[in-house]
Amino acid sequence: MEIILNNRNEYFDGEHMTITDLIKAKNFTFKLLVTKINGRLVKKEERDEAIIKNGDDVLVLHMISGG
Amino acid sequence: MIQKIKKVLRTKTVGIAGCGGLGSNCAVALARVGVGHLVIADFDSIDVSNLNRQYFFLNQVGEKKAYALRDNIVKINPEVKVTAFDIRLDKHNVRELFIDCDIIVEAFDLADMKHMLVETVLTFFPDKYIVTGVGLAGWGDSNAIRMRQMGQLIICGDETKEVSQELPPLAPRVGIVANMQANQVLEILLKGIK
Repeated sequence: MEIILNNRNEYFDGEHMTITDLIKAKNFTFKLLVTKINGRLVKKEERDEAIIKNGDDVLVLHMISGG
Repeated sequence: MIQKIKKVLRTKTVGIAGCGGLGSNCAVALARVGVGHLVIADFDSIDVSNLNRQYFFLNQVGEKKAYALRDNIVKINPEVKVTAFDIRLDKHNVRELFIDCDIIVEAFDLADMKHMLVETVLTFFPDKYIVTGVGLAGWGDSNAIRMRQMGQLIICGDETKEVSQELPPLAPRVGIVANMQANQVLEILLKGIK
């Protein structure tokens, strides 16, 4: 399937995946992530169930200190 | 055009969560252009080490950041109404303090506070924009600093460089991100103006 991840096209095997799958596949190891699918916030406790499908627009934002 | 801009901005309210490097510089930029009402909040006091990037003066060391920033804004543009809270923000009081804001600027230093604010605003104020600052440590590499938007969330910064002993926060890069946040606020507030 093809999705938009952080404004870039990305390809993954399979028809769908969860946010948790995506985090593993991309090796995002950071603790503080903000995740959205098609503009909708997916909280940490919802990431195992939140399904990403072909064509979805996904945001994974890594919050880092500094200000 | 400048009169039209002033007329629009005078009616707007912007919330700024944190009055450190990002918050103080962003607030001053928005005050200069005449945003009518700024709601600012921070629990911290000014330390001499903050002066390498934050919009405060040597004689303000020891003062509460929220009140000192209000004083500085009033000196620059007394027409701006400033509501200042000396408070540690959390997911409960954020919902009360910023309820009347058109846009909220995330201007914390710690990642877990940034995370708390972004999630709280996106959850409880789904119609409000939030402009967050992510990645501003060190110096140089100006072109790495950019903005991207997804729905109501606008991200300014390089999204990479975290503050550390080797990469301190310094005035130029912090100022770039703070002013980029102010610029995105204007883009939203002035949408459609001709």
